[in-house]
Amino acid sequence: MSEQISIDAPEREEEQLTLPGFDTAERQWRGDYGRQISSDRRIFNRSGIEIAPIYSPQDWDSDRYMADLGFPGQAPYARGIYPTMHRGRTWTQRQLIGLGTPADYNERVLQILDMGATAISLIPCNSGFRGVDCDEVPPQLLGTCGTVVNTVDHMDTALAGVPLGQISTAMNDPTPFTLLAFVLGVAKRRGVPFEKISGTSNQSDYISHYVANHMFYRLSQPGSRRVLVDHVAYCRERLPNWNPISVVGQHMQQAGATPAETMGFTLSTGIQYAEDCIARGMDPDVVLPRLTFFFDISISFFEEIAKFRAGRRIWARIAKDRLGAKDPRSWRFKFHAQTSGVDLTAQQPLNNIARVAVQAMAGIFSGLQSMHTDAYDEAITCPTEETARIAVATQNILREEAHLCDVIDPLGGSYYLETLTNRMEDEILAVMEKIDAAGGMYEAVGSGLVQTMIGQSALAAQEKIETGEEKIVGVNCYQSEDDGIDQPAPYRPDPDAMAAHVAAFRRFRADRDTTPVNKAIDALRAAANDETENVFERVVDAAEVGVTHGEIVGALRDELGFGNPLIVA
Amino acid sequence: MTPPPIRVLVTKIGLDGHDRGSRVVAAYLRDAGMEVIYTPPWQQIEAVVNLAMQEDVDVIGVSSLATDHLIVPDLIAALREAGLGHVGIIVGGIVPDVEYQMLHDAGVERIFGPGSPREEIVDCVSGLGRRARDAKLNSAGVTP
Repeated sequence: MSEQISIDAPEREEEQLTLPGFDTAERQWRGDYGRQISSDRRIFNRSGIEIAPIYSPQDWDSDRYMADLGFPGQAPYARGIYPTMHRGRTWTQRQLIGLGTPADYNERVLQILDMGATAISLIPCNSGFRGVDCDEVPPQLLGTCGTVVNTVDHMDTALAGVPLGQISTAMNDPTPFTLLAFVLGVAKRRGVPFEKISGTSNQSDYISHYVANHMFYRLSQPGSRRVLVDHVAYCRERLPNWNPISVVGQHMQQAGATPAETMGFTLSTGIQYAEDCIARGMDPDVVLPRLTFFFDISISFFEEIAKFRAGRRIWARIAKDRLGAKDPRSWRFKFHAQTSGVDLTAQQPLNNIARVAVQAMAGIFSGLQSMHTDAYDEAITCPTEETARIAVATQNILREEAHLCDVIDPLGGSYYLETLTNRMEDEILAVMEKIDAAGGMYEAVGSGLVQTMIGQSALAAQEKIETGEEKIVGVNCYQSEDDGIDQPAPYRPDPDAMAAHVAAFRRFRADRDTTPVNKAIDALRAAANDETENVFERVVDAAEVGVTHGEIVGALRDELGFGNPLIVA
Repeated sequence: MTPPPIRVLVTKIGLDGHDRGSRVVAAYLRDAGMEVIYTPPWQQIEAVVNLAMQEDVDVIGVSSLATDHLIVPDLIAALREAGLGHVGIIVGGIVPDVEYQMLHDAGVERIFGPGSPREEIVDCVSGLGRRARDAKLNSAGVTP
């Protein structure tokens, strides 16, 4: 480190020709910095970690390389879960879609596939999330935020022309997983073998719903626990390419948890589900390779990258040491992520295109497996065709033009990022210890502990925006009277088409053969009361013979209970 | 004598359960000294009307993030039907620009989008609360 260097500053030659030692240089920099920045402000990231003005080998040095990082595809997977990462195969472009009638959905999904999406997803109407059929809610609300799918026939229409069995289909499908049951009904009709069906039960994470988003509150907490484990058992036996559990950190972060809290809660939830399955006699190496995660990517760029890298490392250790998995495939932390809608603004909405690009870059540098980029009108409405196109194009630009996928974990080894990854890991582990002390995630949610923590963080974040400590362009700084464009018109389904859909549904229900329907519902109820039976298997049977979504959820709600939302001030 | 605190019902009707915003607003109003009655999400319109009557509220704040504002006109009609026309109604959350007029026509006093300052919300609710009290006293034949 004492070699001569040549520089182009002859007047300061004396001073600069010999490189000083690390300590001298560091001291000199500190002095210069202190003189030039008269009153340094203290900066904290969203997880409360203080951010220094510079990081150096004092904070992290490459002696720690093997302990902290290793190589991609090798434990502890800090640099990625596969040896080739995005250089080999880039992430799956999976845009969430849900709108209108099944026919409306079908039109949009075929379009998205045409534009380069490599997988599909289906978001049901909020009436479906509530567990009821389309004729049980105010008609104005149908199909505004998701597709109205209540029967296997509806699913058949929604997936017309979609090569089921060749393309991965994610369903936003809380317990008791009626959408997957409808997909399997369609597969049977089309002669597609179950082994070919691939995709994910998104929103299978009932704990996150209890915590963060009462929208999916369908069954009681113990009822959901039972049905989820049954669902995993069924999928691992019959659907080798289906991911039955997606643990959703997104809900927590959107509800206000900090990135570190989010990762802590999510990993603790993953532990809870894995332990529930293991307690039922399942082998961790059967359950874990198909357990996936789903996160928000906020605009706190480095913090998000550190969050994911730390999470990957912690999960590998938990899977191996705590859950007893022996197969390295069980140690891999696989995740889908969505750019965070919370950071998007209704003010000056075109600015959101820039925000989404930054969030997506953080996601790419985090080594994600699948991504959804938000449309810029997300803070206002369901995406329109044009705004959805720009969201997909953003991913294509980052991959094709910006060359973000040429190097694996390109920010790895940065003094800042590695220090931050270690600090985030400490914070995440502290959250997980709190949850363990409360008896695990199931208990911590039942008692309201997690909800209280999230509520406090949400309020603290709001206060930072109010005081201007956290700046949002167009909201608390750089505001303008004119947002630059007219707000895009919100998506609203055609009321006549929706009324016809509801009328057809009513006719279907009135005209169907009631004998197999009643038999299937009775079998479902009986299974719910018999621990030796698999409830989800009966859900699949019921869906096939024309039992509706609302009937399935209703029967299970009768038998397994429905709790009221826990409101924590 | 200081008048008793204004009573506000903060609620969500319809199908959506995202309650981060309504919780924050409820905390704002409580911190400003108001009595806040807070409900779980997914309230039926009839339930909100009954609660508003039992709790004798002056203002109702409806939080809507996923198009539930589309049934706020039905709520206002039901409140008027029940003799609660004096109650001030505000909506908070995501309402597309083109749907503001429809809500104002139905009787919504103010719509607070994301980023609305705390003081504006508190001032608006105080004003509506005082107005609702005066209207009630007037209709009862008492001069305020």
